[in-house]
Amino acid sequence: MAEETNTALTESAQYRWALAIDLDRCTGCEACVVACHAENNIPVTPESEAAASTKHWLRIDRYYEGEFPDIKMKYRPVMCQQCDQAPCEPVCPVYATYQNGEGLNVQVYNRCVGTRYCANNCPYTVRFFNWFEPEWPEPLELQLNPDVSVRPAGVMEKCTFCIQRIQRGKLDASEEDRRVEDGDIETACSQSCPAEAMIFGDLSDSESKISKLAAQGRATQLLDELGTQPRVFYLERAK
Amino acid sequence: MSSEPSPECFTWSEPSKMTKIEHTVEAANARLRQDMLAPLTRFSGPYWIAASLCLVVIAFAGFAWANQLAYGIGAAGIRRPVYWGFYIINFVFWIGISHAGTLISAILRLTDAGWRKPVTRAAEAITVFALMIGGLFPIIHLGRAWLFYWLIPYPNERLLWANFRSPLLWDMTAIFTYVTGSLLYLYLPMIPDLAMMGRRFGGLRGKIYRALAIGWRGSDRQWHALEFAMKLMAAIILAVAVSVHSVVAFDFSMAVAPMWHSTIFAPYFVAGAIFSGIAALVIALASLRKFLRLEAYLKPMHFHNLSKLLLLMSIVWAYFTVSDHLTAWYGGDPLDMRVFNAREHGPFAFWFWLMVVCNFVVPFVLLGIKKLRTIPTIIFSSCTVLLGMWLERFLIVVPTLANPPLAAAAGSYSPSWVELAITAGTFAAMILLYLIFTRLVPIIAIWEYEHETIS
Repeated sequence: MAEETNTALTESAQYRWALAIDLDRCTGCEACVVACHAENNIPVTPESEAAASTKHWLRIDRYYEGEFPDIKMKYRPVMCQQCDQAPCEPVCPVYATYQNGEGLNVQVYNRCVGTRYCANNCPYTVRFFNWFEPEWPEPLELQLNPDVSVRPAGVMEKCTFCIQRIQRGKLDASEEDRRVEDGDIETACSQSCPAEAMIFGDLSDSESKISKLAAQGRATQLLDELGTQPRVFYLERAK
Repeated sequence: MSSEPSPECFTWSEPSKMTKIEHTVEAANARLRQDMLAPLTRFSGPYWIAASLCLVVIAFAGFAWANQLAYGIGAAGIRRPVYWGFYIINFVFWIGISHAGTLISAILRLTDAGWRKPVTRAAEAITVFALMIGGLFPIIHLGRAWLFYWLIPYPNERLLWANFRSPLLWDMTAIFTYVTGSLLYLYLPMIPDLAMMGRRFGGLRGKIYRALAIGWRGSDRQWHALEFAMKLMAAIILAVAVSVHSVVAFDFSMAVAPMWHSTIFAPYFVAGAIFSGIAALVIALASLRKFLRLEAYLKPMHFHNLSKLLLLMSIVWAYFTVSDHLTAWYGGDPLDMRVFNAREHGPFAFWFWLMVVCNFVVPFVLLGIKKLRTIPTIIFSSCTVLLGMWLERFLIVVPTLANPPLAAAAGSYSPSWVELAITAGTFAAMILLYLIFTRLVPIIAIWEYEHETIS
């Protein structure tokens, strides 16, 4: 599946970031959701708003298999799939979302005017809108991550693959005059997964863990029939 | 210009008695001017009451919008995954209404249909006002409305450019073109009347009319130029009108969302727009007829002709709706079917079947059976069509967004008071603009009648 990716991108890119999620390991504990919240300055919605507009860049979808009472619960963490052919990108009238050289769908908060077309055109519904100015109940505002901007009301946001960590990893590597090596960079979700179900890495490095996982027979992509070429690989037993 | 006998509003005597005819024609012209110009200075009690009521509703809508700007667009009821709600529905609705003027008046002008004369200006005014109102919605709907000009490709020091791959950009371009074109199209046939009013009114008002008449003297050359310009604009505006609503449809059909990604949407939307446009025109004409006492000009014949158009469009609309739904249902794509089921027998079923009744059953029965086709039933079916076409846009926008491809992300939508207030405000704005317009220019093109009697 990896070789299907957009060739125009891969030629110029130094890195091709991707994430693998082992669904057979995922227990649905939502540690990744909490880690993502803390890492990315995602506001905590008050209870009154929670039902309608809770915002998690990363959510756990639950699927039920079988007939009651013989039910099996399956979990699928879903975040921005960082599609190579992203439906959200061409519809933005102001180029607030675009594909960067490393295959990430980047959201430019300052440029976003809030048409919300990108969110409508996202088949995974993983884009989130700031309906109000973000707020943190005291003293939570003290733990804001200084590497991540706080988004104002009226702009769209979504999972960035922890781009601030990617940036830090690249800077650190460049100081030592080397490429980023496998395992240098961890996203908040992959770092916090107790079952080690999430693996982040560079697809352009054929020796990396993620390249091997993505090449496995267990790797699937969500809604891949739409041709979006996601950069998130779900590992599950073939049925 | 035309060699046909004039409409029934003139009493024609024996053709042989030329002097008598000239006399009647002159008398008729004088009466026509009298009837048409009288409303321009008649500011009665009911007029002020209606205008102030409209202003109150508009002011409340303004308050609602200010509220939304201050607290964030969350003041509206839209929430993930239904990112578009009343604002986009109203946008499509009003752009649809705007098709009344251009299409009807342009088609009737190009085919030289004699009965168009009392109808055209009223219709063209609807176009301009509906576009002004509809064009506001994409801005009201923005998360950061004050940055709307970022969608305009203007040169700037940061070399930022708008994204012309986005249907929203096509949309904005199309609507700007349409507003410009329809303003011209409203203005051109107004020039002779403006000159005439410039002669009649003194003071500032007369000065403004004279300035707007851009030196119209009524010479042969000017008449020829005007005729040519109007014909040309009619042809251009037809193409623009069709393209505008196609582009509005592209906002939806270009998306990969279930039941939006449909090849039929562009013509479907154009047909729906003309449909609702005719209904709006009928209601506007009926109000003008009643409040400006234009019974002598807006005759049952006009309503009957428009009702036949309405009936035709109702059938066309039903045909498109069936085609769209039948192919989705027969195809049975599970993603499409979730939206389809939500509409046909799910949470939106009541609105769906109400739409079918409003848009098809009512007009088909009331207008299709000749005995039932009277002015009150024509007005009634126009009202149901307006409601039905609003519901149609609601049913296109909301069920699809509420049922995204991943079922786990499904959601629902109900509007907040802010959206309701702004929606009500736009209807009031339409009425108010129309009220003002009837006091600025004669709502029926005087020269078109006179012209006919002179030639």
